[in-house]
Amino acid sequence: MDLITVISVVIAILLWLLVGVLALIAAMRSKALFREGAFEGGRDFVVLIPRVMIGVVGSGYLAAILPPDLIAAWIGPNSGFIGILIATIIGAATPGGAVVGFAIGAAALKSGAGAPQVIAYSTAWSLYTIQRLLNWEIHMMAPRFVWMRAAVSFPLPILAGLGALLLGKP
Amino acid sequence: MAERRRRIRSFEWSTAIIASLSLAAGIAVYVRDGADKALAILTKDLQLLVGMLPKMAAGCLIAAFVTRLLPREVVARVVGSESGLLGLFVAMMMGAVLPGGPLTIYPVAAAFLVLGADVGTAVAFITAWNLLGYNRALIWELPFFGPEFVGWRILIALPLPILGGLLARMASRFIVKRGGSDQWT
Repeated sequence: MDLITVISVVIAILLWLLVGVLALIAAMRSKALFREGAFEGGRDFVVLIPRVMIGVVGSGYLAAILPPDLIAAWIGPNSGFIGILIATIIGAATPGGAVVGFAIGAAALKSGAGAPQVIAYSTAWSLYTIQRLLNWEIHMMAPRFVWMRAAVSFPLPILAGLGALLLGKP
Repeated sequence: MAERRRRIRSFEWSTAIIASLSLAAGIAVYVRDGADKALAILTKDLQLLVGMLPKMAAGCLIAAFVTRLLPREVVARVVGSESGLLGLFVAMMMGAVLPGGPLTIYPVAAAFLVLGADVGTAVAFITAWNLLGYNRALIWELPFFGPEFVGWRILIALPLPILGGLLARMASRFIVKRGGSDQWT
């Protein structure tokens, strides 16, 4: 097993320990409380499985057909504010999934994209990649909260990119 | 509960859009790279999914129990609309340290909103998890970018959860002033 698998297993164990503690506290308060919690949690999980499956499999295929060369060409180190803006929009359009955005960002950095642009890109991808909003967040939270959050988060990647530009780092 | 079920059904179109995009991408890969490549991607992603399921189930259960166990008054006091900058800061710290993926974070954020957290703290929490979460930075980002890049990126991102929270509070005040609802759950 490699390090990443080990960390992932440890996190799963920690999460289930937390579930165990919470379930125990609920059961001590009342049996009904425990049953309700377990039932609702279990039902949410089952309802989410097909949606998440589509998301995971879909992002694999979407990543496979993306043109990395084109992305690298648009967000070079001399692209300045416009490059940061473009990177932010591409970040939002990049499919979700655990690694797609980091993989593309790192590839772009290697093939000549600027660091501030890549920071704006990965920040936008982390905060509001459209696919993740539609795939996951909107099923778990009220839609109007999701849209509001995306709207107020819009300037944040641009600020991160500008911050990197002004600092001259990394 | 009834409200929640309705919410899931009313946004079925989003799943449909993603499903058709995914199908189109899958067909494109099949046509361009052949059946072997298409099957390899499918197998890899299904393995990824199987690895995610235990964490996802834990996330759903944590959210369901937290909603029932945390007293509303405590949540409202610590991260409610009167919690000010300190509430945003608490939410940011929670987002940075809570383990798990988006499948844990969104249900927990939704649970906090139901319990009376204000929109600003919920946004600060989600923003912090996305940008400052150690779990994600350590597992996914570091191998791609290396410590120097990730370190600077996190340093630059430090003020963003607070800023996002303040913007969300402004937006919600603006929406309510224009006659919109202040229901975010």
